[in-house]
Amino acid sequence: MTPTPRSLPDSIDATLDLLAAADYLADRSLATVLFLALKMGRPLFLEGEAGVGKTEIAKVLSTTLGRHLIRLQCYEGLDVSTAVYEWNYAAQMIAIRVAEAEGAHDRERLEHDVFSERFLIKRPLLQALEPDPAGAPVLLIDELDRADEAFEAFLLEVLADFQVTIPELGTVKALRPPIVVITSNRTREIHDALKRRCLYHWVGYPIAERELKIVRAKVPDIGKTLSGQVVHFVQSLRKQDLFKAPGVAETLDWAAALAELDVVALDPSTVSDTLGVLLKYQDDIARIEGGKAKELIDEVRAELRAAE
Amino acid sequence: MDPFVSSAHQPLFAAEHVRGSDGAHARAERTAGRLAENIVHFARALRAAGIPVGPGAVMDALAAVEAAGVGTREDFYWTLHAVLVKRHEHSLIFDQAFRIFFRRRGLLDKLLAAMLPQAPAREEEKAPPGAQRIQEALLSSLREAERKPRELEADARLTVSDREVLQKKDFAQMTAAEIAAAKDAIKRLVLSLDEVKTRRLAPHRHGHLVDIRRTLRASLKAGGAVIDLKYLGPRSKSPPIVALLDISGSMSQYTRLFLHFLHAVTDARKRVHTFLFGTRLTNVTRALKAKDPDEALAAVGANVADWSGGTRIATSLHAFNKLWARRVLTEGAIVLLITDGLERDPDDRLAFEIDRLHRSCRRLIWLNPLLRFSGFEAKAKGIRTMVPHVDELRPIHNLDSMAQLVRALSPTGGRSGDPKAWLDKVA
Repeated sequence: MTPTPRSLPDSIDATLDLLAAADYLADRSLATVLFLALKMGRPLFLEGEAGVGKTEIAKVLSTTLGRHLIRLQCYEGLDVSTAVYEWNYAAQMIAIRVAEAEGAHDRERLEHDVFSERFLIKRPLLQALEPDPAGAPVLLIDELDRADEAFEAFLLEVLADFQVTIPELGTVKALRPPIVVITSNRTREIHDALKRRCLYHWVGYPIAERELKIVRAKVPDIGKTLSGQVVHFVQSLRKQDLFKAPGVAETLDWAAALAELDVVALDPSTVSDTLGVLLKYQDDIARIEGGKAKELIDEVRAELRAAE
Repeated sequence: MDPFVSSAHQPLFAAEHVRGSDGAHARAERTAGRLAENIVHFARALRAAGIPVGPGAVMDALAAVEAAGVGTREDFYWTLHAVLVKRHEHSLIFDQAFRIFFRRRGLLDKLLAAMLPQAPAREEEKAPPGAQRIQEALLSSLREAERKPRELEADARLTVSDREVLQKKDFAQMTAAEIAAAKDAIKRLVLSLDEVKTRRLAPHRHGHLVDIRRTLRASLKAGGAVIDLKYLGPRSKSPPIVALLDISGSMSQYTRLFLHFLHAVTDARKRVHTFLFGTRLTNVTRALKAKDPDEALAAVGANVADWSGGTRIATSLHAFNKLWARRVLTEGAIVLLITDGLERDPDDRLAFEIDRLHRSCRRLIWLNPLLRFSGFEAKAKGIRTMVPHVDELRPIHNLDSMAQLVRALSPTGGRSGDPKAWLDKVA
């Protein structure tokens, strides 16, 4: 797939339209911060609960702007050899043996040959700094809170100057800095030094109206009644005292599941049967199942009737 | 919350509308200058309210406002928000500051004047949380200036036998002088911490993985003739400590010294989180970071509303599990739960919450000053509920027991204080 590059949006409204073109319905605050990040060439730091569409932004940006998406999924123990580059040791070994067999004994020369770009395996961060005909790529650094602090410190260096130093080879600097999107679920606090280099935004749960639009855009074959009920049910679920409230991703999954089951309107038994799509903790499910679900459905119905 | 209700149009935004003639141009420049000045002042106000805004951020704000070509108040708001706010909890403060500041300039000075200590207290009006914090920020700098220089402390040196007595003496029975001496002793406790293996690797002489990179470089040095294997092994790291300290009435004789202990621990290493609970949970980690223990404790005191009240262990643990556990219990955290376990209204929730806490940390140590009584029996319902869910149950009522705890936390300390022993005693 060769994406067709598009120029960056030139106003906040254009940014909103750009996102909407890929069915991503953002609120104005998010569009503002995204526009500024693009315009000022700064990384965008998105924090928020799981499943509110943080990662999706990077994907949408890459498709709508026609840029390549380079994704770095963080985990504990992530280090330079998996995030930036690694030498292809096996190939290097062979090269050394071949040189020996040929009787070459120029050590300097050998070292120079072995540590050349030919033997370099590029990992996401280095790839993102490479020139790309489609324009600077979108670099998604996903769930940074899962990586440890040591990696954060390293990232600081990369994000400050968009360059990486490889001791054997020299410094690689991006001609055009990539569009960087960093996400965090806030399982721990990211260091201020890193945040300072980014534009920060907290992605919250959308209001009912927007969530309804999102559901209808993403699950087109869902009925009007059902979509309204689904969204209002989820919205009232988020007000309950739950260990983990459902995100937009869960709403969409649930809507798709119900549409697949040919459900026309919510009823307590369907809700109880499919609650596992929305809630991922047994205590939460136990709390909502049965009586509570019925109560919520009744509330939702009354609310929707009043709105009509 | 919509920050844009009652938005009187500001001269601030006039720069957008005046363009064309030379006179208008000059006017526009003047307005832009005033906008810059306004932003600088606004940043200063935010800083006073506790949002860290450096000079770099101010420059960014100016650039951002220029880039966004601000038209409406809403866009202006989110533009500044994007650049100046770096933490979710600062959003509220920013919102308050924005409303106050851009409603009318010079308000900050008025606010300062209005906040003078003699002003009548009206706290029951339920001000929005952000506003309260801004006011507190302004107040605290006043208070600091007021604070008198500390008096010289009495000489608390003790003879050897005195010290022995002190080591064994119950905190609850100490005199003021002894407490001062105990504080000194606590300060000297050296905490060497338990270590957990991380997934990160480091060069290691007897590691389990071959470090090909180093191996290759070493062999190249010898012209590729010799291959001398270099190894990698896991790097270890001390886990964070999370302390949950009961400050209810029944614990009041101990809390102050425990706080000293926690302060000493916080001092020694960075990753310590401290929470206090009586009827509700308060995070005092930041307050305890002050270097001087008395200053730190004063800051803690200012933060907490429920000193020496009742205990709601289940409610407090619930709040901790829900709001904090996922953020602070990472990388094999050790939880120190310091309470006598005398729950006001023990029910099923207590078992549920303590179980959840136990499952989300690596090691749960319950420090109970009641264990000082040799005939202690886990009879109270709250205690019986909690004991099966903790990894260790230890006394903490004198300096000796504190020293034992420190030993238990060290890498070679091993584990003792099996909680089941206490249950068996009753059975």
